[in-house]
Amino acid sequence: MRYAGKKMITMFLTLFAVTLFVFLAFHVISGDPATSMLGTQATPERVEALREEMGLNDPVLVQYGRWALNFLKGDMGTSYSYRMPVSEMIAGKIPVTLTMTIMAFLLMVVISVPLGIYTARHAGGVVDRVIYMINQVIMAFPPFFAGILITLIFGRIFKLFTPGGYISYEKSITGFIGYLFFPSLAIALPKAAMAVKLLRSSVISESKLDYVRTAYSRGNRTGDVLYKHVLKNALIPVITFLGMALADMIAGSIIIEQVFSIPGLGRILLTSISNRDYPVVMAVIVCIAVLVLVVNMIVDIIYGLVDPRISVE
Amino acid sequence: MSDKAKNNMIRTKRVKVQSVNRSKKKNYNLIVGGSITGVILLMILIGVFYTPYDPNAMDASAKFAGISMKHLMGCDNFGRDVFSRVLEGSRTTLIVAAGTVFIGTFFGVIIGALTGYYGGVVDEVLMRINDAIFAFPSILLALVFISIFGSGKYHVIIALGIAFIPSFARIVRSEFIKCKNMDYVKSAKLQGAGDFRIMFVHILPNTLTVLLSAIMIGFNNAVLAEAGMSFLGIGVQPPDASLGRMLSEAQSYLFRAPSYALFPGVIIILMVLGFSLLGDGLKDE
Amino acid sequence: MSKELLKVTDLNIEFHDHLIPETVVYDFDLTLKEGEIVGLVGESGSGKSMSALAIAGLLSRRDMRKRGEILFEGVDLLTCERSVLRKIQGNDIGVIFQEPMTSLNPVKKIGWQVEEPLRIHTDLSKEERYRKAISMLADVELDDPERVYDQYPHELSGGMRQRVMIAAAMICMPKILIADEPTTALDVTIQAQIVELLKRINREKKTAILFISHDLSLVRRLCGRVLVMKNGYIVESGLTEEIFKNPKEEYTEKLIAAIPKVTRKKDR
Repeated sequence: MRYAGKKMITMFLTLFAVTLFVFLAFHVISGDPATSMLGTQATPERVEALREEMGLNDPVLVQYGRWALNFLKGDMGTSYSYRMPVSEMIAGKIPVTLTMTIMAFLLMVVISVPLGIYTARHAGGVVDRVIYMINQVIMAFPPFFAGILITLIFGRIFKLFTPGGYISYEKSITGFIGYLFFPSLAIALPKAAMAVKLLRSSVISESKLDYVRTAYSRGNRTGDVLYKHVLKNALIPVITFLGMALADMIAGSIIIEQVFSIPGLGRILLTSISNRDYPVVMAVIVCIAVLVLVVNMIVDIIYGLVDPRISVE
Repeated sequence: MSDKAKNNMIRTKRVKVQSVNRSKKKNYNLIVGGSITGVILLMILIGVFYTPYDPNAMDASAKFAGISMKHLMGCDNFGRDVFSRVLEGSRTTLIVAAGTVFIGTFFGVIIGALTGYYGGVVDEVLMRINDAIFAFPSILLALVFISIFGSGKYHVIIALGIAFIPSFARIVRSEFIKCKNMDYVKSAKLQGAGDFRIMFVHILPNTLTVLLSAIMIGFNNAVLAEAGMSFLGIGVQPPDASLGRMLSEAQSYLFRAPSYALFPGVIIILMVLGFSLLGDGLKDE
Repeated sequence: MSKELLKVTDLNIEFHDHLIPETVVYDFDLTLKEGEIVGLVGESGSGKSMSALAIAGLLSRRDMRKRGEILFEGVDLLTCERSVLRKIQGNDIGVIFQEPMTSLNPVKKIGWQVEEPLRIHTDLSKEERYRKAISMLADVELDDPERVYDQYPHELSGGMRQRVMIAAAMICMPKILIADEPTTALDVTIQAQIVELLKRINREKKTAILFISHDLSLVRRLCGRVLVMKNGYIVESGLTEEIFKNPKEEYTEKLIAAIPKVTRKKDR
């Protein structure tokens, strides 16, 4: 428990550092919001009045504090281009990105864990070698190219889904999840290939350790040795990888959303970057950062639960 | 006596067996990875001096031309020769990846060496910051950078390079911590070598194996990251051709001219595959 | 005369992982009677651990060939079904190993690991298993067994872990305990304690012990009979005291000479 508490404190400190960094970075470059809101023809007096009203004359740290507090309250500022609250713009997008990432994560686990165990048990066999080769190629796939190929194969040739025919979750939950399946697969496949490779080598190297011999000496069956003894140990390095992979997937979904025309956080982030709509860019980046940090914290806590050696250190 | 004779025989047998064994096993990873990488590098090199067509020359009559002897990989929506563009695009991708890895390695080694060797408060602080950045997907960091400073080849190199520093710093730091208490470092110290000499002349060469495999992995990640950013249209900008950008253009014509999308994609895969096999193969040597 | 428990004849172990097969144990013979302690000594690489692991049924790699006979109460452990062997492992034959640091599963609680043979070989209820495990942990002289039961291996010292290993190996009351260099990784005072513990277990529970070691002073303190191995051959065997007084082989003499003087004096 103390360990979990420590991890949470670390997370909040990191969150503070990241948001401060993002705020400062955009504060410096975004120029004067008052000018950009009023246009260049506005009189200096009007600009000055608006600056005072918006609190732009306060010290930077005060401005950061105000921004962070507002953010926590759900007020993420106003979009320059659309003149509407940023929170309204991105609220509906978060579930889309989140669903897709969670689906991709589940797919990755479902694909990689059985395959990793199977290839480790039959290391050196024909299936193992074939999977090794397939793995090497899939690991080299950029996720968006996997997406393009999936569109071509499953959308065009097998007609399992309509490319570009995104269905909103407000309309139909099953349709929504059905459409997100293939993008999730595109994100999951390259990571799953890496996870298979890692789990395989982890199981193999654990199987050579002394405690495995002890387990056999007590009369355990081979399967019991694997599932009751080896697997938990072998999963420890894999958990770290899965956590990093999930964080990568959240970011990677930005690209996949483009391939499958999905209106999620990534879509809105890209349009705002090209429109120089900084409040939106900031909000989306902070949202993704929070997701990533929460994921990291959860992984750290799981790690501590699985490996008793961690919590003591 | 006879025991001894037998034992001697066993010993000699063992030595022989090992040498036979070693020469028998072929390092397929190294061979295949080396060949793929070699062919791609050769193609890029040729592309510097000669491309069948001007990569940016448009030919309305050749719009979406299929694969033929005239156009090895067909033509795109403007009638540009895909093969010539792939040659130029892989060069761009290679330059960006190499630049990224260079920045990442250079600063990563310096930061990792200093923090690992000296330790202390500075190490603590820097490593906390490092961990925070490391926990972050590099593409997101690059996006922040690009949205502030704008896109383009050099900005992509700098953005990705910065994003890659922490992973290198981490690896180098842990290697330096491992090495700094070794006997050869102690003896160098006794001989009066300065800290910088110990760090970069004595310790650094001993971290090369680990660093090399990190560079291999980093290079692959850089290729994929560059392709991803250019695909989003916030990476390399026209007139520079880039494999990622070609893919994003090709995506709109996916069903009309699938080959336009397939070739740049396959080249990216081969680049990454070749390098990762090469890395695996070198590890086994 | 007490009953013969284990009879090994002409055991040969060959490795086939290289092009030319390599023999590591030649014509190994051994008999172990109820309640006796036999020592198996030799330098590292002499094949003593290989022989012991083969008897425990723990050499089952595909690239390894074993010939001869290992009869345990009439069952040949080399040729019997795996399921028959598994019923004997942990139930009739317990094993402890050289490295207590790595021989326990790092992510499982001590109690779980000590109870494992009971879960595999008996139908005892959870409460009965717990009671047995606690009394076994107390029996190997661990303080506060209830606490140890809920601890993880990394929280214990090397000596404590080896006691845990002994507790787990003994919990099914096996007829034979194979101790493969159980004290090598421990410091001297702990070594003596473990040897005393094994002696007491042998006395009280009548378990036969096959004690493998390269330390002749420990073997002398513990074993009635001893086999000396070198390069895969048994070069000498007989009653411990006789061999110590009158070693026939030059090699045994050297091994005896290698015992630190202080330890020998203390022994006498």
